[in-house]
Formats: sequence, structure tokens, C-alpha cells
Amino acid sequence: MIPLLAMIRKDLQLFFSDRRSVIVSFVVPIAIASFFGSIFNGPRTGEPAKIAVMVIDQDETAISKAIVAGTSADRNLKVTVADADAARDSVRRGKTAVAVIIPKGFGDAAGSAFFNNGAKPELELAYDPSRNTELAMVRGIMTQYVMEAVSREMFGGAQGRKYLEQSLPQVESSSGLDAAQKAALLQMLRSVQGFYNTPGQAGSSGDAPRGITMPYTVKEQAMTSGNNVVYNGYAHSFAGMAIQFLLFAMANIGVEMLLERQRGLWKRLRSAPVSRTTLLAGKVLSGAIISLMILGVCFLFAMIVFGVRIEGSLAGFVGVSVACALMASTFGVLVAALGNSPATARGVTTLAVLMMVMLGGAWVPTFIFPAWLQQFTLIVPVRWAVDGLDGMTWRGIGLSGALAPIAVLLIFAIGFSLVAALRFRWEEG
Amino acid sequence: MPILDVRHLRKSFGRLVAVDDVSFTLEAGKLVGLLGPNGAGKTTTVSMVSGLVTPERGDVLIAGKKLGGDTDPAKRRIGLVPQDLALYEELSAMANLKFFGALFGLSGGRLDKAIGAAMELVGLVDRMKDLVKTFSGGMKRRLNLAAGLLHDPDILLLDEPTVGVDPQSRNAIFDNLEELKRRGKALLYTTHYMEEVERLADRIVIIDHGKVIADDTLNGLQSRLIPAGGPSSGERLNLETVFLTLTGRSLRD
Repeated sequence: MIPLLAMIRKDLQLFFSDRRSVIVSFVVPIAIASFFGSIFNGPRTGEPAKIAVMVIDQDETAISKAIVAGTSADRNLKVTVADADAARDSVRRGKTAVAVIIPKGFGDAAGSAFFNNGAKPELELAYDPSRNTELAMVRGIMTQYVMEAVSREMFGGAQGRKYLEQSLPQVESSSGLDAAQKAALLQMLRSVQGFYNTPGQAGSSGDAPRGITMPYTVKEQAMTSGNNVVYNGYAHSFAGMAIQFLLFAMANIGVEMLLERQRGLWKRLRSAPVSRTTLLAGKVLSGAIISLMILGVCFLFAMIVFGVRIEGSLAGFVGVSVACALMASTFGVLVAALGNSPATARGVTTLAVLMMVMLGGAWVPTFIFPAWLQQFTLIVPVRWAVDGLDGMTWRGIGLSGALAPIAVLLIFAIGFSLVAALRFRWEEG
Repeated sequence: MPILDVRHLRKSFGRLVAVDDVSFTLEAGKLVGLLGPNGAGKTTTVSMVSGLVTPERGDVLIAGKKLGGDTDPAKRRIGLVPQDLALYEELSAMANLKFFGALFGLSGGRLDKAIGAAMELVGLVDRMKDLVKTFSGGMKRRLNLAAGLLHDPDILLLDEPTVGVDPQSRNAIFDNLEELKRRGKALLYTTHYMEEVERLADRIVIIDHGKVIADDTLNGLQSRLIPAGGPSSGERLNLETVFLTLTGRSLRD
């Protein structure tokens, strides 16, 4: 027991004697996680981030004005009215996601196309190609406001009345329609005319909503740990960055083991009456303690500064953290077992850690990955660690949700340990 | 009975036979110089004696008892002073010695006393709390020696312990080793410096191509070579001449 404790104490002394390691392991992940968290967190009010849109009304009809008014009031958009050249320039410079240009004649043409097969006018969307997702959202939102504005005008506005008065005699005198079709169309148009003449319609009351409206409203509910608990994006970013940097710290411990071998220190260790298990266990345990410290300090900072909370099981959070720490420290020992020289091991492990954290969802959530990649990343231990910590923090899942991540991380730790024990170069010639 | 009895050791790495049927003994209070050209098998022999490498054949007996596996308590009777400065530069001398002492099961007051005694012997008591990286090369060598002495071993294996040190530090290390001999320690000393062995060794074992080619006192080696065509009997042979006569003059690196 004395040698094991001595090894742990010595490794902790060495880690904390290296100021650069301490800064990289504790300060850097906090700084980067704070940055990523501010990006993914969104406003704490629950309001969505608004898309910057410029609207250019070249038509200036009742329909186009209604479209501008609708988009300006939308909670998802931040609308600026501008001229076409300024709007296109703003999009090109990346300051605006989409410019919506309502061309001259849009209202008339849209009204005509609404009732028959008249030529459909074009609504021009000039967009930033790096922001395709926002384009798709703006396209959907515009569909709603164009349909509402055109149908409202056609079923109650002056433009609709004018269009109806023009259309009735045209249909009556038309010779291209068969008798049944003509009768049905005339009946529909006269019904609309009758609707216009109904008291309270067609401007008699003036401001009552008319036309087609969305037949439903949306109740949005963020599925966090409970009612009135706002999603905290910092929980994910701090989990991801803490895991990334503790893996770097453990890989560095592996490289240090190779340096110890180079400097003859392993000869001295092996000359003592200490088992190989004790020597490796000392490294694994000291690494796990350092890993837990990194996780602990990062989450403590996130709790104090950004209000991150363990909304799920505290025992589950501790369990996932310990399993993650053991996985990381055994990974460090694996580096020492497989590495030929400190220099090559450093390069290879940096790449390996970056791949693991990228595929494990430490940088960005895995749901944005393609479906096949989401399945594939289940073989990456970081994925289980990040999912486990997410589950215990902002998702608010109970202890049962931690069991699978804990089990998988421990299986990885055992696997890494076995390979390390088998491949470690014990003999010192 | 010798405190260290090395019997017919053999070790090969792939097709290279590094050590082949090496045997010698070492008594308490004596120093045996282990000499040989580069690649002769000295370090592999020391590694087998200290338990770092498992021999393919042969035995290492400590006070008549065969040295076993990694955790054999008999390893406590051996102190290794490796050729490399096997020290943690970022830690203090005290922290280094506390760690190495704990590996041999020392703790508390016993460990503190052992550290004090070892540092006293090598003359570094006043630098106990300083970081090793602030030490000179000679001081690091002396601390390297102290680390091998902490658990008060009966046998000290010294693998080129004076490499890269100035004459003052080398002389201080010699004084330390002579004091250890007086205390009854058995020392196995490998070096390339012939004058060190001439000054310190009670017996000399010369290894070449993995085999022991001579095991005698300096006088014995000198007298053995004269009838074999060496210089005339009236002329005194130095160890370097003996060594070159036995191992040849061809370069080994």
C-alpha cells in the first residue's frame, strides 16, 4: 500500500509542479467551454435567436405591405426594410442571412394566380450560402405571410373586390368553358361577391381578420429536466471541453511515462519489490484523480458562473465522472504501452484525442451528425461520457440513465488496461 | 558464503546472445569491477542481477537464496544506481527520496532517518529542499547514489556512476564508495574508467561478447598476462593494457 500511495502522491506532485499543464488542464477548457456555451446556449429568456432579414417592398400594394407587416412582427425574424442593392450587399458581407425582395406587380399577379392559373409572381430570396438552414426557415415563414396576405386581400380587400368585378363579366362572356364549368365558377364568384356585401365585411368593419389563416397554433415545450427549467447550453459545452482536456492531460501522462523510461526511472521503479500491477495501478489511480479534479473544477465553475445544475441524479453524475476518469487514465497508460518514443506518441495521441472528442460530440452535439455516423460514434467512449454527463445535468435523467454510460466507460477502461498490461515493455535491458 | 552469487546467466535478444554463461561472486565489504567494451553485456548482466530482466538460464542468489519475481523481498537487499540520472527533475531532492524510499516500504520516521543518512553520506543535506533541476551534474550523480542507498541494501549495483562529473565530484563519490565498503556493503561497479577500477576494485571481472573472459584481482590479471606474450616481467602493466590485451583493439561501436 505504501508504494501505491507514494506513486499517486508523486504523480500529483509532478502534475501540479508543471504550471503549463495546470493552466492547459484547468483554465483552457473553462475558457473554451464558456465560448462554446455562449454560442449554443441561446438567450436565457426562452426566446429563439432571431434571423437577420432585410425586406425590400418594390410593390407597395396592400398585399406587399401586409407581408412586410407580418414578417416584421414575427418572433423568429429581425426585419430591416432596405433597398435592393443595400440588402444584397449586406447579405454578401454576411451581415444579413436573407434578403426578401417583393417585386413590382407582385400583389396583382399573386391575386390573379390565387383564383386561376395566372402566371405566378416570383418572390426573390437573396441568401448567404453559408446559412442554408436559416434560408429554409425564412422560406417557410414567408409562405405563411404571403398566403395570409393574399387570401385576406382576395376575400375582403379592395384589390379582391376589383379583381372580382373584372372577373365576373369575363367569365360570363367566356366561350372557352363548358356550360357546367362556367356555371360553377360563376356561382363561386357570386358567392364571394355576396360575402363581400355581407354587413361587417369588405371594409364595413374595417379591421376584422379575413382570408386564409394558419389553421393551428404551436405550443413549444423544451424537454429539459422539468417545467420552467430553461435549457443550459453551458452544461454540454463544459462536459465536452472538460473531457477533451482531461484526455489531453492523460495522454500527456502516457508520454511522460515514456520519458521516464528514457531517463532510466523505470529501472529504479522496477528494481523495487513492487508488482507490475501496483506500478500500473499507481499510474491509473493518479490519472483518475487528476481527471476527476479537472471535471470537478470545470463543472464547479459552470455551476457558479453559468448556473449549470445537476438536474438528474447526483450519484449518477459522480458515477459517470468516475467511470470517465478511469477510462481517460487507462487511455494514458495505453499510450505509454503502445508508444515507441515520446515524440511520435505525442503526435499520434493528439490526433487520437481530437478524433475521439470530435466524434464523441464534445464539440457539437451528435444529433447534427448523419444517421450512420450517430450509430458509428457509439464505439467512441467520449460519446458515452458526454451523453452520460448531459443526461445527469440539463436532461435531468435519473440514476438509471447513468448505468449504461458507466458500464460502457468501465468496459473501455478494462479493455485499455488489459491491452496496456499485455503490451507494456517491462524488461529493461 | 558470498552475498551475491551469479550462476551461468544467459540472455538473448532475438538472435543476439547478449549474455552467455556469466558467473561470478561478490562478498560483503568488497567491490568487484565489471569491465567490458561497449555491447559486451555488462548492463544486461546488471539488469538481470537487479531483477529488471529475467534470465533465460542461470540464477542470481542473494545470500544463498535464489532471487524470485518482481515482489521478492530479497530485492530489498539490492540497491540500484542506474547509469541514467533516474531522478524527477521537477521535484525536490527530498520528494525524490521520499518516493524512492516508499517504493521499498519505508515510511514515517524510518524514511526520514534513511533520507538524512543518505544525504549526509553524499554531502547534500543543505540542498534537501531544492529542486533537482537546480543541481549541478555532480550533485545529481551524488543524489542518484543516495537514492540507491535509502533502504540500506547489502548489495549496491553501480552502473557507470561517475559519467559526466567533474574530478571533485568523482572523488567525493569514490570516498562515499570506500565508506560503504567499510560498512560492509558489497559493490558491483561497471565503468569505462580504468583508473577508477584500479583505485576501488578488490576484484575485476572482464566481459566480452557476453562471456566472462577474466575474473581476478588486478595483480592476478597482470601476472597472468606476462607469460602470455605481454610486456616483459620487469615492466608494470596498467589495467588499460590488460584490458586491451584481453579484449583486442578493434572498435566495438
